[in-house]
Amino acid sequence: MTIAATWNTADTLWVLLGAALVLFMTPGLALFYGGMVRSKNVLSIMMNNFIAIGVITVLFVALGGSLIFDADLGGGLLGGLHLAGLSGLSHALPGLSSVAADPMAIMVFQMMFAIITAALISGGTADRIKFPAFVALIALWFFLVYVPLAHWVFSPTGWLAHLGVLDFAGGTVVEINSGFSTLAVVLVLGKRRGWPGEAMAPHSVPLSLLGAGILWFGWFGFNAGSSLGVNHVAVVAFTNTQLAAATGLLGWVIFEKFKEKYPTTLGAASGAVAGMVAITPCAGFITPLAALGLGLVAGVVCAVAVRVKFRFRYDDSLDVLGVHGIGGLLGMVTLGLLATKSVNAAGGEGLFVGGGFHFFSVELLAAVVTAVFAFTVTYVIAKVLDLTMGLRVSQEAEYTGLDLSEHAESAYSHGGSGRIG
Amino acid sequence: MKLIVAVVKPFVVAKIKDALQEAGVLGMTVSEAHGFGRQRGHTEVYRGGEYEVDFVPKARIEIMVSDERVDELVALIVDTARTGTIGDGKVWVMPLATTVRVRTGERGADAL
Repeated sequence: MTIAATWNTADTLWVLLGAALVLFMTPGLALFYGGMVRSKNVLSIMMNNFIAIGVITVLFVALGGSLIFDADLGGGLLGGLHLAGLSGLSHALPGLSSVAADPMAIMVFQMMFAIITAALISGGTADRIKFPAFVALIALWFFLVYVPLAHWVFSPTGWLAHLGVLDFAGGTVVEINSGFSTLAVVLVLGKRRGWPGEAMAPHSVPLSLLGAGILWFGWFGFNAGSSLGVNHVAVVAFTNTQLAAATGLLGWVIFEKFKEKYPTTLGAASGAVAGMVAITPCAGFITPLAALGLGLVAGVVCAVAVRVKFRFRYDDSLDVLGVHGIGGLLGMVTLGLLATKSVNAAGGEGLFVGGGFHFFSVELLAAVVTAVFAFTVTYVIAKVLDLTMGLRVSQEAEYTGLDLSEHAESAYSHGGSGRIG
Repeated sequence: MKLIVAVVKPFVVAKIKDALQEAGVLGMTVSEAHGFGRQRGHTEVYRGGEYEVDFVPKARIEIMVSDERVDELVALIVDTARTGTIGDGKVWVMPLATTVRVRTGERGADAL
């Protein structure tokens, strides 16, 4: 391998730092989710998050990264195989010749996005999916759903990117995708036994708060890192991430205060996440003031969205659709309305900024295409897996808890000198 | 011999222990309990999902006493446990057929 000396060191460092931060979001998500399930299932859901790190890393390096970022094979649908095994990275990635960061750094950075998107699905399948079924699900889903979508949007040679779709850090590929994929899986998987009648309250809200804090910290890498260089757009994306998270937090708890009298800590954590979901596609394209407003709206909209499942009776256990799917849609619509080239010359002009209808319509198209594609393909994958290996654990395992049935472990053993048994 | 059982609010346990020790009671057993009486439970809300928590945390105190001290000690526990609000708990007394001190094998009143 020849080592190219042409890559910008600062930009490469920025992207590598971003990659480490985005990786850290997955254990953060494990804590966020882990706190929200009952104590008998906490290891199960955390393991679903951790296994995604192992599985998706291997699949991304082997083939997935190449299928996303190699030059398009035709029609903007899928990349080639020249980058399989992380080979052929001595040249800039196709369509990204203006980026000065080392292409391998970009590939590793993008790998972390695929990992957390797969891990997000576990929030819907919590408390009842067989561990081997979850692994098979995310492996198939990675190739059949994530890889095509990421190529369409993240590779400049993809058909949506070619249409002029902007998505700064994955409002479509990560957020809308995870939300609607999760909805498809839970419709096949079915509700948890006893839901919604039985009490399934979070076993440790403090764990969820810590997890939300780690997600928040990591999201700076997720959004600001997506500039792929140390520049003003990165600074704007970083700032907007903080602003939208803060007002998302406020929006959610203000809603709760008026709706149910008590502002909750879990609501504060969820609101911050909702704000960051919504700002993800917009981070480097809208003004800080717009980010403040978007976060506030996202906090309220997602707080409403997570309550919808009780009416329609789909058991999206930890609200992947309500927070990520709906928050992502809101972000894409906002981008179509409020993007401005005063922030980012390479960006767009939204409908309210005088950009005309075309840009708004392609943003909407990308959002709808992502939702429909993710839902449809994931539904078929889930159905096939359910008919072959079976998705659900037995009734007894569900009652005992998946920590024991799937992993032969217990999360908490309160043993002291006075321990009984 | 009698067994006095008191289910009380957890925060009065320390006061009851002190009062009973002062009255010369030599031992007691305390366990965590959950239940409801007229106090009922409460509602918790997580992301709009409402969960009824039917059982309220309580402490269950058990002491074995001789017949002649029962009324005095029950009164002591009740007085100490009373806050005057709903959920103060209950005290009841049951006959004991026998008691055995494990270390010495003493039985009956000698084992109290």
